[in-house]
Amino acid sequence: MPEETNAQLDTDESVPPAEPKAAHMPLDRAIETQADLSAEINALGEAYARALKEGSPAETQPRLDYPPYRSSILRHPTKSLHHADPETIELYSPAFGHQDVHALESDLTIQHNGEPQGERIIVAGRVLDGDGRPVAGQLVEIWQANSSGRYIHKRDQHPAPIDPNFTGIGRCITGPDGSYRFTTIKPGAYPWKNHLNAWRPAHIHFSLFGTEFTQRIITQMYFPGDQLFPLDPIYQTIVDQDARDRLVATYDHSLTEPEWALGYNWDIVLTGPKRTWTENEALGAAGDEE
Amino acid sequence: MNNQTKLVPTPGQTVGPFYGYALPFDKDNELLAPGSPGSIRLQGTVYDGAGHTIPDAILEIWQPDAEGNVVQKTGSLVRDGYTFTGWGRGAVGNSGVFTFTTVNPGPTSPGSAPFISVAIFARGLTNRLFTRIYLPEDTEALANDPLLSSLDPERRKTLIARRDADGGLTWDVRLQGEGETVFLDFQ
Ligand SMILES: [Fe+2]
Repeated sequence: MPEETNAQLDTDESVPPAEPKAAHMPLDRAIETQADLSAEINALGEAYARALKEGSPAETQPRLDYPPYRSSILRHPTKSLHHADPETIELYSPAFGHQDVHALESDLTIQHNGEPQGERIIVAGRVLDGDGRPVAGQLVEIWQANSSGRYIHKRDQHPAPIDPNFTGIGRCITGPDGSYRFTTIKPGAYPWKNHLNAWRPAHIHFSLFGTEFTQRIITQMYFPGDQLFPLDPIYQTIVDQDARDRLVATYDHSLTEPEWALGYNWDIVLTGPKRTWTENEALGAAGDEE
Repeated sequence: MNNQTKLVPTPGQTVGPFYGYALPFDKDNELLAPGSPGSIRLQGTVYDGAGHTIPDAILEIWQPDAEGNVVQKTGSLVRDGYTFTGWGRGAVGNSGVFTFTTVNPGPTSPGSAPFISVAIFARGLTNRLFTRIYLPEDTEALANDPLLSSLDPERRKTLIARRDADGGLTWDVRLQGEGETVFLDFQ
């Protein structure tokens, strides 16, 4: 019963515990099925494909208004975003450093006395800005479910086991080349209440800062080949396949460590910077390419 | 280095409902220790399109100090109680209310309208939203502000905080509908 309890039907703390056999309970109200949702998702996808063919530009970000993700219905702005030129504070980011984040926070498998259950993985890549410049010395935060699809969160009532050796939170500061690296456990898929038999593809939540506050994003990284992609209204909030692909990590055997962990690569590109960089900043961030 | 190479940005996704054990941290919403000289409370409520409060939103603010300087100091995640870093994070509670302890931002140049930059994340919000919180006092600066003067009067009100009797600021977020907050696109 976890993620995304439908706001119109359930409020957060009053959600009753999940029933393992919920699918076999009598249905006392019209419950939307995956087939209903898939029909909506497919119709929106086909309309987008037609628009593309007729020359509309490709969409690169999720739609704020995407009704198949039911919780978005009352939570998306109806007026279009107002264009603004970033000014002063917006052209800078908060500064994070090694005072803020301990080096061990990037290993999610050593936060308890024992080893967590599941498939140990390494997720590594680089954070770049839209000009391809590394985002150095910035904060990356991740959180995720454990290997059976359960979060350490009071609202997660999915009847899957909690792992006493896994919390699922990590942080790191990017290197001079924009690199980040986490050791963790491959998260499990989990059910949620958008519709009957809704399941989220396995994912890791990522929070990222750029060199300017307007580059700030929170997103989700997925694993290649997940059969739940076409069924998931959150992944599908991005209607463009190329854009969706940018959230999917690549299996990378060169990151895999013998007898230890499988490696996945995922690079993140933030929007283009707007500030005019000084020579020093430009050299500092891209120092190892000079 | 080739600055001509334009890469396509990675899409955002909703913060989901389970950030609550991951993103908040101790004193995350205290840019200044409460009660310290010059500190004010900034508070507000986040509403959805039906006028209901949202219990699962999280905000970040980023602002200059009281003199209008953009601060570039580390220590936001492990606050020492003295260093003003200019950045804070505040999750709303069950009633949809967020609070920060901060300072009134100063004008970053003489005569400019001071504002706080805001990023908003929520379950059901598919991508973060940016906006600004302006201080209400300097009406001449507000009238000359490039962003505010590009908005019609009804909409520009959504970006200007109210001054509370105790010196604090109140500023609400309406994600949708009547009085919908102006959200910004910087691209
Ligand atoms: Fe999740």
